This record gives sequence, structure tokens and C-alpha cells, in this order.
Amino acid sequence: MTQLSYRAAFALIVKRDLMIAFRHRDDIINPLLFFIIVVTLFPLGVGPESTMLSRIAPGIIWVAALLSTLLSLDRLFKSDHADGSLEQMLLSPHPVFILVLAKIVAHWLLTGLPLIIIAPLLAVLLHLHESSYNALMLTLLLGTPILSLLGAIGVALTVGIKKGGVLLSLLVLPLYIPVLIFATSAIDTAAMNLPYDGQLAIIAAIFFASLTLAPFAVSAALKVSTN
Amino acid sequence: MSNINYENEAATLSKNKLLSAKSLTCIREDRLLFEALNIDVSPGDIVQIEGPNGAGKTSLLRILAGLSQPYEGSVYFQAENISEQREAFHQNLLYLGHLPGVKDEMTAQENLEFNLALHGLNKATAESTLAEVSLLGFEDTLASHLSAGQHRRIALARLWQSQAKVWILDEPFTAIDKLGVEKLEQLFLHHANNGGCVILTTHQELSLPAERVKKVTLAYRFY
Repeated sequence: MTQLSYRAAFALIVKRDLMIAFRHRDDIINPLLFFIIVVTLFPLGVGPESTMLSRIAPGIIWVAALLSTLLSLDRLFKSDHADGSLEQMLLSPHPVFILVLAKIVAHWLLTGLPLIIIAPLLAVLLHLHESSYNALMLTLLLGTPILSLLGAIGVALTVGIKKGGVLLSLLVLPLYIPVLIFATSAIDTAAMNLPYDGQLAIIAAIFFASLTLAPFAVSAALKVSTN
Repeated sequence: MSNINYENEAATLSKNKLLSAKSLTCIREDRLLFEALNIDVSPGDIVQIEGPNGAGKTSLLRILAGLSQPYEGSVYFQAENISEQREAFHQNLLYLGHLPGVKDEMTAQENLEFNLALHGLNKATAESTLAEVSLLGFEDTLASHLSAGQHRRIALARLWQSQAKVWILDEPFTAIDKLGVEKLEQLFLHHANNGGCVILTTHQELSLPAERVKKVTLAYRFY
């Protein structure tokens, strides 16, 4: 029996998830559209005054990113659980860690990455302070993977429950709050032309901690959910 | 039945048993499904789990595959606890549950190729394997356009390539036509003759020689 290397197994799952998503485009477009709609509605709601908008821009972009990730989390394991392919993955001879990490990476490529690409454009709409753009991009780059990683724990715990939507939000949102606080604080600090390395370092620390630990938690949670 | 006894004593583990379950107890929704159940499966065995709906057949198969944890007892693969040698066991295990694990968004061939590759099998054989399950001509059809029986056939196709010794199949004949059932039974026999074992549940009578099929009967318990 030819045994797949970890890298090949990882690539296999990522490729499959991307292929499924591209054939089912709603899953990619919905969260992105939600993000764009929420951000563009704010100037209409609070008025087009640029000082006000540039003051609240970091918060709006980050809250919208957070909610749109939450919206897309269900896709991570739900359909695989419903059609039995999750069982097959858990029974494959690969470490569950690798498979779970591959699914999370695919999820980030489909939800986090599009947000990062569109965010600067939306920042222009909100008159984000010029010196904040780097901070915005860096916090999104480090922060959106955290949203996928921590969210995956919540989905894995609730995947066996028929109506787990509310429970998922309650489980996951508190975990997102530190990221939100430090990210918006970094962007605000950057707007005042002050160094924001501290906040960035904390986000990076959360990122690496969740990158190394979340897949273990997800594997354990999936085993409980499929029990 | 001969290979089932309700005495709660751990029989000696022997290397030549492929899969052994020792004093399994399963409780679901506060109902005791089975208690102190011992099963030994040797190479060459075809084991049919029987019992009415709700007797715990699926639960038993899931426990044997390591997907569920029993309330008490353990499962051994070649005399070693399956929880201590997950990867070695999974390399030798082929489990097909109620759900076929077929993605609607992928074609028949892509589904099979993924399944084969995930379990370390050569995916280049996918096309010829689809011919074995009469899906030739549907290779590039999205699974969402295929019937329930065809979904199951995609999942079952892996059996023809599998090198796993232990096959655990939950209702493999659901939605499969007569000719397909016959072909599958022959495949089971071939697998058993080559030193593998098949553990399955089905409500149909198997047309295999009676002396080849061991039966384990689970009774429905009301307490």
C-alpha cells in the first residue's frame, strides 16, 4: 500500500475543498458580499462626514470581517458531516491534525483572503487614515487566519447538533474579542503615527498559539461530535 | 450463536484473530443496546450482524470501526487495542456507513479518485473501477445528477481496489439492484478467501454458502 506523505494528504484535502467551493460559488460570494454590504451601509447610516468615518473605520471593517467569517464557518464541516465524508476522513490513515489543518487553510483561502483583498478598497470608502493602511493589512493578514482556526473549534463542537447556529456564535464570538480589540487598537495607534508593534506582536502570538493548538482541539471535538 | 457469548470474561487474545471485541457494552439514549458482547473475527470470516431496527447494529459497527466509544469494553485489531494503533488499524480498515460520503459537487470519477487517494490507493485505476460498479459513462457526471443507488456504487467502488483486511459495511446493499448485490457477494467471498474479513449488516438473506457466513444476532431490548 502506498502511503501518502503528510504533505500530499494536506494538498489533497485543500484541493478538494477548493474545487467544491468553486463549483458552489455561493459559499464564497455570500460572506464577501455580506462584508461589502455592511461596510458600505455605514456611511449611509452615520453620514458621509470624513472625520467621523475615519474614526470608526477600523472598528467597522473588523466587526464586518468577524461577522462574515462567522457566517461562513458552518461550511467548514457541516456538509462533510451530513454526507458522511467526514467519517471517511476520520477513518483515513492520516493524522486528523493534518486533515483538519488542511480544511481550515482551505476555509481561510476562501473567506479570509478575499476579505484581505477587498479591504483596502472599502477602507477608502470609509476615509481610513492614510498611515493606517499598513496596520489594517497586517492585522487582517494575521487576524483572519485566527478567525478560521478558532471558529473551526466551535464548528467541530456543534457539527452534530441540528440547530447549532446560535450555540456556535455564543461559543466562538468571545474567542474573537481579543483579536478584535488588539486589531482595532493597532489601526487606531497607526492613525496617530505611533508604533503599533505591541498590538501586532500580541495578534501574532494569538495566531501562532491557535495555529499549533486549534487543530488538536478540532480533532478532539470532531471525535466527540461523530461519536 | 457460536461466536457470541454473554459471559463477562475476557477471552484470550490471539494474534491470528483479525478483529476482536471484548465485553462490549453500548448505551444509547439511556437504553442498553447490548452488554458484555464478545466477537472474534478471523481471516476468512464473513460476519453478518442481524437484528431488528434499533437493536444497535450500526452502533456496534461504529464501535468496531473506532468511530464511537463503547460504554465498556475494547476492540482489538490483531491483538492490539485499536485506540493505541490508530494509523495501522485505519490502513487495514474499510468502513462504509449509512452515508455514502459522496460529494454532490464532484463527478463520479473525482469522488472515487479522492476516496482512493485519501486511503493511499492508486487513483489511476478509478476509471476501470467505475466499470466494475456499472458506472461507465457516468465518470464525468456530477454526483448531484446521480441516483441514490449510484451514489452508493461510487462509495462501494473502493472495495475493488481496497487492500484493507477488515471490511466493515453498514447496509451495503441499500439501493443496489439484484445483479449488483450478486457481484458484491462474490467480491466478499473473494476477499474472505484471500485472508480478509467482512463484517456487515443487511436485512437481506445472503446467497453465499451458509457455512461461510457467521451470524451475530442482536436482540431488541426494552430496558
